[in-house]
Order: sequence, then structure tokens, then C-alpha cells
Amino acid sequence: MTFWLLLTVNSVTFGSLLFLLAAGFSLIFGLMRIPNLTHGSLFMLGAYFGATMVGGLLSIEFDFWVAALIAAILVAAFGAIVERFLLRRLPGQQIAQVLATLGISFMVADFCLMVWGGDPINVATPDSLTGFIRLGPMVFPNYRLAVIAIAVVVAIGLWLLLDRTRLGAMIRAGVDDPDMARVVGIRVSQLFTIVFSLGAALAAFAGIIGAPILSVYPGIDQDMLPLALVVVILGGSGSLLGSFVGSIIIGFIYNFGQALLPELSYFVLFLPMLLVLLVRPQGLFGRFVP
Amino acid sequence: MNARVVAIVIALAALATLPHWIQGDYYINVSSQILFSAIFALGLNVLAGYGGLVSLGHAGLLGITAYAVGYTLQAGFGHPVAILAGIVIGVASMAVYAVLSLRATGIGFIMITLALGEIIWGLAYRWIGITNGDNGISLHGRPQPFGLSLNSPAAFYYMTLVVFLISLAAMTMFVRSPLGAALMGTRDQPRRMNALGYHVWAIRFWACLFSGLLTAVSGILFVYYTQFISPQALDLTSSAEVLLMVIAGGAGTLFGPVVGAALVVIVKSVVSAYVTRWNMLLGAIFVVIVIFMPEGIVPGTVRLWRAARRRFVPTAAPASKAGAPP
Repeated sequence: MTFWLLLTVNSVTFGSLLFLLAAGFSLIFGLMRIPNLTHGSLFMLGAYFGATMVGGLLSIEFDFWVAALIAAILVAAFGAIVERFLLRRLPGQQIAQVLATLGISFMVADFCLMVWGGDPINVATPDSLTGFIRLGPMVFPNYRLAVIAIAVVVAIGLWLLLDRTRLGAMIRAGVDDPDMARVVGIRVSQLFTIVFSLGAALAAFAGIIGAPILSVYPGIDQDMLPLALVVVILGGSGSLLGSFVGSIIIGFIYNFGQALLPELSYFVLFLPMLLVLLVRPQGLFGRFVP
Repeated sequence: MNARVVAIVIALAALATLPHWIQGDYYINVSSQILFSAIFALGLNVLAGYGGLVSLGHAGLLGITAYAVGYTLQAGFGHPVAILAGIVIGVASMAVYAVLSLRATGIGFIMITLALGEIIWGLAYRWIGITNGDNGISLHGRPQPFGLSLNSPAAFYYMTLVVFLISLAAMTMFVRSPLGAALMGTRDQPRRMNALGYHVWAIRFWACLFSGLLTAVSGILFVYYTQFISPQALDLTSSAEVLLMVIAGGAGTLFGPVVGAALVVIVKSVVSAYVTRWNMLLGAIFVVIVIFMPEGIVPGTVRLWRAARRRFVPTAAPASKAGAPP
């Protein structure tokens, strides 16, 4: 019983991290029509930046949440640079853009290996959240509950942003029909930069708040990117609800698969994606077929 | 056209005599690597170049063939069975891969192939009962066709060269065949091809199988060359490397992927003498080529060559007329 419960909590936690990663990925995909293959690298960069600041940078030990915020801002700036100076040079050439993001992801991976070395870095759980909550015979780690809460808050925030603000309306217009959005006077290229930076910030934030659970190691980018890809294929690109549902589903399959079928866990993970592709190519909540 | 024939004859002569004018086993081995990588790149070029279908999971297919050969040999079968198993399993996997990924084109195709490549990698890495996990499978010895030993670098080079030339010839025939022309049609105008009565999906599917055949052939040479297969050969970096060969050399050209393979293998060998990893350079080359030379090296050079000729030849022609006696 405890085993199943623990597995469930872990699944929801991992799904929450995936949501933070995949929401930006999905928005970028929805708006710019490209899968951003640097997304795993942005996650890794955020994790490494945060881990460095928490571990002490220039003999200052940052508070965990301050470090997370700074890491997210730094990575958002990096994302803006990639979008402005690289992807912007390849307008309308989607395949070239994808290949450029792939090239960047290799460079970031090698950069991280050079700077932080090959050993995994463990990040301590923030002091305020090290304990457990007991509910009868069951025990829930505080930090995992906090991660779930953060994901829910971010989900609501993103929903409000997309559904209730002028910027959100412009983004939705851009996702639905970029050409028509341009015609009615929306500066879609500016939206590209905003959404790309926002997605980068969310990925970096996921990286650092995931670090106490997953730790930070070379290759975490290539572990996370396919998961984000699967979530978006499953949930449908450009759909917030799709990313949320997809992330939770994948969170469960990933954790249960690893616990029950360790040898085939990867295969099991991609099965729902294949089913969705066969039955509903636009994804569960998607609006267009990529 | 004459220049082309002369160039091909010179290249053939150079390749045929290579072990005699290149000193050292190391360089002969690098040449073998270039040739079987070139077969792999030719295979990917069928899809990425002529079909407009950029596959980011091809290293997984190569790996399936390599594992099939390794596993069959380990199970105690002989080399002919292993090679046959490699080809059959490789092409059959490609058929499944094609059925799944051809549900989309363009970006969707890239995403699905990337995910499929990762699945294959994950299976190779985790399914320890079959693949021996991260430790991989080692082979012992190379086949001996017609009693010839392939153990020396030069002998293996000649074997690879023969297979490479056959693959290149097959590729030429494919491109010039009606199927090749139809494939290029589906790349440029899928809807028009459909309206003309072509079965676009079937054309792409057959192209995938041909690509899978070349990939399997390359995989067999690869695994006999390295005598070892591990999940590392199947990862995204490997898929990206072969795509870089195709794009750098010139996607959709006959010789582009060959030039690209030579470039990538040489740069990789040279660089790995100085640094242990070359991902930074791989990424940088990728970005630079995508931005500044999207057409690739071979078409780029052909364009410059034509531009140069146009500049010099017309000025030469009127000059000779003017100089002719009245």
C-alpha cells in the first residue's frame, strides 16, 4: 500500500516537473511551429546555474528560491538571444530552425561538461521543506508536495495569462493562425521572442526545482527532451491543458514503468505516444497536426 | 560533363589504390570509416534529400542491424546467417519505423523519428537481457568471403569499397528511376502528385525501405569494423552526425553525402586527437552550415564553379571571334 502511494506521489511530482518543462515547449511549438530541441539544454542550464548559486558562487551562498529565480532569468535571456540572433535569421525555414536548435543543444551540452565536469551534482532540499507530513499511516515529503503546488500555481498563472490578458489573446491568435494575426496588426515576431524566453525561463525553473529530486548530471538534457516531446505529441501542441494532462500521464507511466518493468520502461513510455499518433495525430487537445 | 567523367575516373583510381599511397593502418581504417559512413549518409539522403523527410532516428536503425548481427553471432550462427539477419531485421524495422513516422511530414516527421530513435536507444540501454545494456555486445572475427580474410585493414578497406561502389551505383539507379523521380515529386509538390494519381504514401514508404536497406548494409560494415556494438552508437548524437554528413555535403545530391561523410569523419578523427569530445564542434558546424551554407558543400561548390565559368567562358568566346581572320 505504502509502495503504491509513494509511487503515486512520485509520479505526480515528476509529472509536475514535466509540466513546467513541457508547457513552454508546447507554447513555442504552437506559436513558432518548431520543436525547440534546446529545451532539454535549457532545463540543464537552469539546473547547473541554480546548483552553482546554491552551492556558493563568489563565496555567496544564495537562497534556493532566489537562485531558482536568477537561473530562470539568466536562461530566459539566453533563450531570447538564441531566438533573436539565430532562429530569426532563418525565417520560415522550419527544418533549418530545428537543426539549428539541435546544434545549439550539442554546444550547450559540451559547455556544461567543460564547466561542471562529468560528476552528478546533488542539490540539497531547501531547509524549510525538508520534513514530512503524516496523514495517518501515510507519509508525504514536503518538498514533493511543494513542487506539485508550484506546478499548479504556474498552471493557473499561465492559464490566466493566456486566457485573460491581451498578450495571451495575441499568443492564442498567433497559435491559431500566424498569418492572419500579422494581418490584423499583431507583431508575431515579437511574440516569438517573448514566448521563447518564457518557455526558457520555465524550463530552467523546472531544472533547478527538480535538482533536489533528480540531481544534475551531464545527459539530463537528453533524458528530459524526449519526455517533453512525448508530452507534447500526447497532449497536443500549443495546448496548455494538453501539456498538463500529458505531463501527469507521462509522470505516472514513467514512474510505474521504472518500478514494474525496468527493462522495458522506455518502450512503455512511448507506447501512449504511438497510440495517440495512430488514433488522433493532433494529440488529445491539439488544434493542428504538426 | 567531361570534367565530371574525368573526376569520377580519378576518384575511382585514387580509391582503388588508396592502401598503396596512404601510409599506416590508422589512415586506411579512417578511409574504411568514411566509406561505410558514406553508405549510411546515402541511405539517409534518400529520405532527407530526395524525399524531404528529415529523419532524426536513423542511428537507431543502424543500431538494430548491428545488434541483430551481434546477437545472431553470439547465438552461435555463422556469418552468412548473421548478415542475412542484419539485413532482414534492419529492413523490417525500417518498415515499422516508416509506418509510424509517415503519418506526418515535415516537422511532425522529425519529432516522431526523434522519439522512435530514442525508444530504440532506450531499449538497447535498458533491455539488458538482449543487448547486455551499456556493456554492449562484442564480436569475434570478421567473415571470410570466398576464403579471403578481412582481418587486415587493407582487406577490410577493399571489401568496404566494393560495397560502397555497389551502394553508390544502386543510389544512382534509384535517383534516375521513375520511383526516384516520383519521390522528388512528392517532396516538392505532394498535393499535385496526389492529384496526378500517384500514391504519395506508398512512394515514401518504398523510399524508406530503400533507405533502410542502405542503412542496414552500413550497419553490418560498421559492426564488423568496430567488432563491438553498444547503445552509444544509437544515441541522438550519432543520428545528428549522419544528418550533418548529408546536410553539410548537400542534401538531395548524389555525391554530397559522400563528401559530407569524408568531412565529418576526418574532422572527428583529427579533433579527437586533441580533445576527448567533439560535440561543441559538431554543434557549431551544424549551426554555421544551416545558416550560411544551407545548400551544402557540393551544390555550393558547383554553384561557385558555374558562376566562375560563366564569367570566363563568354569573355573568351567573343575574343576568339574578334581575333579570327575576316
